[in-house]
Amino acid sequence: MSAPLLSVRGLTARFRAGGREVTAVDDVSFDVGEGEVLGLVGESGSGKSVTLRSLLRLLPSGARVEGQALWQGRDLVAMPDARLRRVRGGAISMIFQEPMTALNPVLPVRVQIEESLRAHTALDRAGRRARARELLDLVGIPDAARRLDEYPHQFSGGMRQRAMIAIALASEPRLLLADEPTTALDVTIQDQILKLILDLKDRLGMSVVLVTHDLGVVAETCSRMAVMYAGRIVEQGGVREVFASPRHAYTLGLLGSVPRAGTERSALRSIEGTPPGLAAIPPGCAFNPRCAFATTVCREVRPDLSPRTPGHLAACHHSDRVAQASLAA
Amino acid sequence: MSTPEYLARRLLQLVPTLIAILVVVFALVRLLPGDPASAILGDRALDADVERINREYGFDRPIPVQFGIFVRQVLTGDLGDSTSLKVPVAQLIAERLPITMLLTLMAALISVALAVPLAFVAALCRDRLADGMIRGAFQVGLSMPVFYLGLILLTVFGARLGWFPVGGDGDGLLDLLYHLVLPAITLALSLAAVLMRNLRAAIIDVVDADYVTFARSKGLRGSLVLLRHVLRNALISTVALFGLSIGTLLGGAVVTETVFAIPGAGRLMVDSITGRDYPVVQGLTLALAVLVSLTFLLTDLLQAWLDPRIAR
Ligand SMILES: Nc1ncnc2c1ncn2[C@@H]1O[C@H](COP(=O)(O)OP(=O)(O)OP(=O)(O)O)[C@@H](O)[C@H]1O
Ligand code: SF4
Ligand SMILES: [Mg+2]
Repeated sequence: MSAPLLSVRGLTARFRAGGREVTAVDDVSFDVGEGEVLGLVGESGSGKSVTLRSLLRLLPSGARVEGQALWQGRDLVAMPDARLRRVRGGAISMIFQEPMTALNPVLPVRVQIEESLRAHTALDRAGRRARARELLDLVGIPDAARRLDEYPHQFSGGMRQRAMIAIALASEPRLLLADEPTTALDVTIQDQILKLILDLKDRLGMSVVLVTHDLGVVAETCSRMAVMYAGRIVEQGGVREVFASPRHAYTLGLLGSVPRAGTERSALRSIEGTPPGLAAIPPGCAFNPRCAFATTVCREVRPDLSPRTPGHLAACHHSDRVAQASLAA
Repeated sequence: MSTPEYLARRLLQLVPTLIAILVVVFALVRLLPGDPASAILGDRALDADVERINREYGFDRPIPVQFGIFVRQVLTGDLGDSTSLKVPVAQLIAERLPITMLLTLMAALISVALAVPLAFVAALCRDRLADGMIRGAFQVGLSMPVFYLGLILLTVFGARLGWFPVGGDGDGLLDLLYHLVLPAITLALSLAAVLMRNLRAAIIDVVDADYVTFARSKGLRGSLVLLRHVLRNALISTVALFGLSIGTLLGGAVVTETVFAIPGAGRLMVDSITGRDYPVVQGLTLALAVLVSLTFLLTDLLQAWLDPRIAR
């Protein structure tokens, strides 16, 4: 692989919650290549959204972000605000999980698209108007000219998500951070939005980090994937390798109910028990209380995320046993 | 619903309000202890006078007829004559009410000018020194009675430093404005404190909202995010509170006008009540009630402009 577009190393995000500090994202590292779609999966609360938001330093004030996120040789985490502003919504755009709350309710959609164009292009007023309309056309919103002057509450959920995608595409980004772009939508709309994103990715030559709950989507659309648990990446590798022989017990559990062909949609299989709260992450491997493979070492020593086969990383003391179990299944 | 439709509907809602105001004001004089004539004339009225008044005001006619007469008089701008000053009530109101309106308007502007920037500073420095100082200062302001605050300002900036006149309404509009500065500040502070507290909380609420984060993710300047995305949304609830505070503000104007010896509607009201000048009380109550409902209308329209979900 040529030099990655984005290279994240040791990304850590902490919040102060009730007087003490909790770590929502812990030492996360991954690369995103040119034109690649990286899938990021994990249960609710595992830190997927915080990971994406901390890349662009969008966490609420009071949150602390450490580590590195190298973008074209520059570190997003340490970059001065003014420079970061040019990257935000410029080279790197983000679409949010909740289309119902991510658009400003009191501003017409036109204003919300045009302000992005104003920030990142040299277009004049008329140019911005024309471009805003093109963008709505591009994301498949019918009757764009009229809808531009409407407010978000006049849009359905799917249409709002399209509008948000239009805003994200305003400056032709090279990387799109898509945070569960379909989770909040009706099942029938989910496919359309996903297709739209992938289609636009091909047409505009973007890379995408796709956060999803849906392993079927990962199998269909991503080349590589990373699995998060309790703020850490516990497994990472090519989608085919990970699906064929997962090397972390949590991933194995997730994959348990997914058809091998990967054509059918299925949500993450529920694994016995619940993920730990941030304030009470167990010592050793955070997954150990729920893990069928756990031994003493799992309760005491935190496993490092390290290569098990070339390009396939896992943070599990018993990754070989896990791999064997998956083959036996 | 379109904006003109909303406007029409809101104007239509004013009709029952105005009718209710007329009914209440009409009942006011008739519910006073004793008959209305002696209420108007005082306890020691002569029988002949009482009869004359009853005829003049139509108090001897059936109630619905009386109400009809009252409404017709109000609509033609005839509010009767002041019993103590012997001039038409309408004329008194026309002289005095504008002063009070000006005072209230100045106070409203000052309180907004104080509350908005300070709420921003307090909210963005939440739980740090600046926040604590602003909130502490306003807490003191809020717990001080209006007349006491007025006296302090009067003593310091009026008498001691001589920067402002110590009372009265001056000569001409500019001089009047000058005379109203201290009273307006006096009146403004408690409203400013209430608005500041509300707006601070609203800003804190909005500043981490998803749509604000999304706006930041577009690479907008911080100031643009604050003004376009945060302030506008935060103001919606504060504008509602502002509208509701107008009545309180007018009440405060009464006290303030007394402290600063300003011949406004507040003073007139106090004097008329103590002097049992009921036609004036009635006329003034009517005028103030109409004024307050018009202010409600205005704040509603302002809110609808801020929040398109209301009107559209
Ligand atoms: N502003 C915040 N303050 C404190 N804790 C936070 C904050 N934002 C997120 N967290 C915590 O960080 C953890 C990770 O949250 P995150 O939103 O990244 O999860 P997620 O993987 O995106 O989950 P989901 O699938 O539900 O979107 C959660 O435990 C959450 O409670
Ligand atoms: S390290 Fe131990 S507890 Fe964690 S997943 Fe592997 S086997 Fe299970
Ligand atoms: Mg999330």
